[in-house]
Amino acid sequence: MALSTMESYFNELAALLDRALLPGEVYSCTLEAEVSDFVRMNRGKIRQPGTVEQRYVRLHLIAGRKHAQHCMSVCGDLARDREPLLQALVALRGTVTDLPDDPHLHYATDVHSSRVVRSTPLPAPDGIIATVLDAAHGLDLVGIYAAGPVYRGFANSLGQRNWHEVTSFNLQWSLYHRADKAVKTAYGGFEWSDQAFAAKMRGARDRLALLAVPARSLEPGSYRAYLTPAAMEEIASMLCWGGFSGRALATRQSCLFRMQEGAAALDASVSFSENTAGGVAPAFQDEGFARPASVPLVTNGKLVGSLVSPRTAKEFELATNGANASESPESLEMAGGVLAGEDALAALDTGLYIGNLWYLNFSDRPACRVTGMTRFASFWVDRGRIVAPVNVMRFDDSIYRLLGEHLVGLTAESELVVSGDSYRARSVSSMRLPGAVVSEMAFTL
Amino acid sequence: MNESLRGDFQHLRCTGDFWSLRAVDERAENFAVRKNVPQPPATSADCGAMLTVYADGGCGYAATSDLSRAGLQRALDRASGWARASAARSLIDFRALPNIAPRGEYASPDTAARPWSRSEWYDLLAAESREAGFDSRIVDWEASVEARIARHTYLTSAGGEVVQLFRFVMPNLSVSAHAGGDTQTRTLNGYRGLAQQGGESILDRFGFRGSGRRIADEALQLLAAPNCPHGKMDVLLMPDQMVLQIHESIGHPLELDRILGDERNFAGTSFVTLDMFGSYRYGSELLNVSFDPTRAEELASYGFDDDGAPAEKAFLIRRGILERPLGGTISQARAKMAGVANARADGWNRPPIDRMANLNIEPGDADLDAMIAGIEHGVLMATNSSWSIDDSRNKFQFGCEWGQLIERGKLTTVVKNPNYRGISANFWRSLARVGNATTFEVLGTPYCGKGEPSQLIRVGHASPACVFTGVDVFGGDS
Repeated sequence: MALSTMESYFNELAALLDRALLPGEVYSCTLEAEVSDFVRMNRGKIRQPGTVEQRYVRLHLIAGRKHAQHCMSVCGDLARDREPLLQALVALRGTVTDLPDDPHLHYATDVHSSRVVRSTPLPAPDGIIATVLDAAHGLDLVGIYAAGPVYRGFANSLGQRNWHEVTSFNLQWSLYHRADKAVKTAYGGFEWSDQAFAAKMRGARDRLALLAVPARSLEPGSYRAYLTPAAMEEIASMLCWGGFSGRALATRQSCLFRMQEGAAALDASVSFSENTAGGVAPAFQDEGFARPASVPLVTNGKLVGSLVSPRTAKEFELATNGANASESPESLEMAGGVLAGEDALAALDTGLYIGNLWYLNFSDRPACRVTGMTRFASFWVDRGRIVAPVNVMRFDDSIYRLLGEHLVGLTAESELVVSGDSYRARSVSSMRLPGAVVSEMAFTL
Repeated sequence: MNESLRGDFQHLRCTGDFWSLRAVDERAENFAVRKNVPQPPATSADCGAMLTVYADGGCGYAATSDLSRAGLQRALDRASGWARASAARSLIDFRALPNIAPRGEYASPDTAARPWSRSEWYDLLAAESREAGFDSRIVDWEASVEARIARHTYLTSAGGEVVQLFRFVMPNLSVSAHAGGDTQTRTLNGYRGLAQQGGESILDRFGFRGSGRRIADEALQLLAAPNCPHGKMDVLLMPDQMVLQIHESIGHPLELDRILGDERNFAGTSFVTLDMFGSYRYGSELLNVSFDPTRAEELASYGFDDDGAPAEKAFLIRRGILERPLGGTISQARAKMAGVANARADGWNRPPIDRMANLNIEPGDADLDAMIAGIEHGVLMATNSSWSIDDSRNKFQFGCEWGQLIERGKLTTVVKNPNYRGISANFWRSLARVGNATTFEVLGTPYCGKGEPSQLIRVGHASPACVFTGVDVFGGDS
């Protein structure tokens, strides 16, 4: 397979750095680049369309146990990037000389090169947008289409080369009934299908019709609830906020440290893993360590592992397992249960169907207690039948309870939820999650 | 970069009605000492430009890190293509917007002063780290700083030219203590809550030196403290919690693009509607809220926003009545309503949208002692640690690092996990006392998230301490 222009550029850049290195020095560098179309829509029309072409190189220079790093935007033409890159290398060389030795420096010294390229061309974005807006004719649609190639590269002076190139799209849109009553839908992947999109849009239209019924306001209290995979993504995201971090666990700052101490557990049906093999994130990290296909984190309700970055490994005498510095999952998978998805409403019986949650935060981190809001299509269910949308409600409850003593069951089917975040760059994170029925969920406002 | 950019821009070819270039050159240095171990320094240089074109009634943008003339021309062509391709389905008729030609300059305080060297920073951070790690129950601690310099250049086809130079210094201290199955974290005004424009003088303004020991001592006090009690009571919110209260329950609901629906798929909508401006009672008579880009040291001061609108101070809420939204030129045209110069982008690679910039509460007349003395049963809360609010920016729940009971007009027991909840539409009407200038602090956050594609932007909030009555307060489970 022919190399893309970006991959050729990165290989030449690495070769340039190889030649520029002095004896006793080691370098590593990463490339994060993308060519992204972003089309923002509102009221069934185009609000803000554009393209972003960006390339960032992070240089890491190591001399003995001293090291420093510099991240820079580059233009993508090595003839013009050569001088700034070499200047950055010289500046780093000047920096490391007067630094103390770093006792926690840890970088890959075994060479594990890899290459993943998944680059099926996508249809032109204006054609896709026309399809989307035509399908939403007469509806109040608001959303974002983000698409194009994303590149991640790693190289070091030991000869390791890793390349991850994926062309993907992520369409996320909401159909509004009125005020805050809406159905949110996502369609993402690698090959656009008009048929698959049409099916998603039909589903969204069907759920939109359910919002026409007058909404119910619930009194604060405990309710039986079904959390869809999209709602579970928000719950799982709270655990990803340092919960599985090796460093946060070692310093007792993780929301799961009581599981580590044996003072808390989740239901035996709950298992989490960092499943790189099943996600869309690269299988290598910034210091060059390869990621295992899967890292078990919680098995049968017990904390069995953590994500350990190279620095944490050195500091706490642990083995790194390919985590980046944030030690946050990028491909979290929660194992499914035994409840058939089509039986979820029957299992709920009477209670709250929560389509989405929103803006979660810890109200007591050591107790793993979180608060947040219901959002979008959430409904009151009576004897297994959706009867009315509900006005937004605030919950405040412990994940130890929700996924512990109050967990009724997890659906057998799970969904791949691809992150729509695009802070600084389009995210390559994803989660695979089932839905969950809980016997009690505490609502407060 | 400016001379060559200006020259290249003049040579670009475009058949659109109007086009502009917005270039950003931002340099950053990050230093940290964690548990007495200097962390490796990290620096960055981020340069690029966004070209925006109005054509046939549509608007498109293209951003590139290739700042050669050919690279800029390619981006301009791409932006022009987007403008034309989207014109027939555009939400906005961009022909109705003026072809602006703003001219001017802006500079942060201390942009000409020598920045601290790496060793000066490490010496200071190491000293604070040493002071903080004095007890075996302190399990993690870090002193760090992020220093940034940014040059923004805005050029338009109508002859506009704006150059703005910014300098930011954002120091941070954080200490976590653990014992008896509990962990408590204390910071200096929240994570990167000390964030201002200008140079190292921020350190003296906030007493950074010597804070390592104090913060660590407070973390240990929290570890030994009982949980915050629950019930209806008065709360005295210190400025480093008021920052969050203003941000979430005044700032976001007043963003005009939210009110117009742009953010409904992500950040959300607003309980505020267009018809409320001019008459709606947002808060008590004591509530005066200003958009103020002129306060030199505040994080989001500037001379022009990223759509080239000149920035001036304006009141959004006066004596409790809602007057004006946070909406830039484009939103103002859509809503047919006056706003402010707040169309902002978080970098060269994201388009401007309505953001908060500096959003402040004007000082009142009460000093802190008088505010405490006036509370029979309540709690003082300081330093935000938890924030959650619904997508209409109404039902909120916020938590703080530090609580201290107020009983019969006196500060008494320190309490941990102080939380409170309320509804924006009612909460500000319970504002009972507003602190005077002696309680006033200029703070902010570099991490306000919003937009599709997503953006994290710097916002400033200055506020006195404030008292609210009859608030639903509670503590934690731990």
